[in-house]
Amino acid sequence: MLTIDQATYDAIVAHAKRDHPVEACGIVAGPEGSDRPERIVEMVNAAGSPTFYEFDSTELLELYKEMWDRDEEPVIVYHSHTATEAYPSVTDINLASEPGAHYVLVSTREHGNNDGPVEFRSYRITDGTVTEEEVAVVPSLTRSES
Amino acid sequence: MAIEVRIPTILRSYTGGEKAVDAEGDSLAALIDSLESNHPGIKDRLIDNGDLRRFVNIYVNDEDVRFLGGLDASLSDGDQVVVLPAVAGG
Repeated sequence: MLTIDQATYDAIVAHAKRDHPVEACGIVAGPEGSDRPERIVEMVNAAGSPTFYEFDSTELLELYKEMWDRDEEPVIVYHSHTATEAYPSVTDINLASEPGAHYVLVSTREHGNNDGPVEFRSYRITDGTVTEEEVAVVPSLTRSES
Repeated sequence: MAIEVRIPTILRSYTGGEKAVDAEGDSLAALIDSLESNHPGIKDRLIDNGDLRRFVNIYVNDEDVRFLGGLDASLSDGDQVVVLPAVAGG
């Protein structure tokens, strides 16, 4: 299960709506081993595409160095689908490289840049296998959660 | 000479869980061969058909090796090498 606070959930959705029809992408970092998505980092989609996303390689390194310095890891890796359902594509599965992360998919296909509900779903992707998981949105992450 | 190579989570199965390992070589190609000799199988995750895999990034002293000559990028003692898979998808 993914447990995420409302503000981070809203920020991911807002990013996806803002960048539509281009795919939005980013991560939510948290302390290593904590499974707590605490710090959202919106990334630029270097591909600038409605059907593909990729972090810029220089920004990718800066992001990881920052996380290493803070003893963090990517707890969530998120991106949007702008014309299809919020389910990992074959490309997503083939390129998934963080076996410990929650892969969050948001679909903006229904309302685009406008207000309105979005599909927000989370998966584990390990060794080419996709497993969907429940998403629990909580007012805020408390210390007792892990 | 020893060069420290930072290994991403997904490739740590080849390094016994180590986050960083030492390797040797005066070029990136030689360094990867050195890695392979100690951690068999890792080369295939970095190289495909004689070139760097499209969705694997390797950095020497914070510079993407694609701007340093790729596998021909020269290395010297004390350089820091980082391997990071691309974060990408469709």
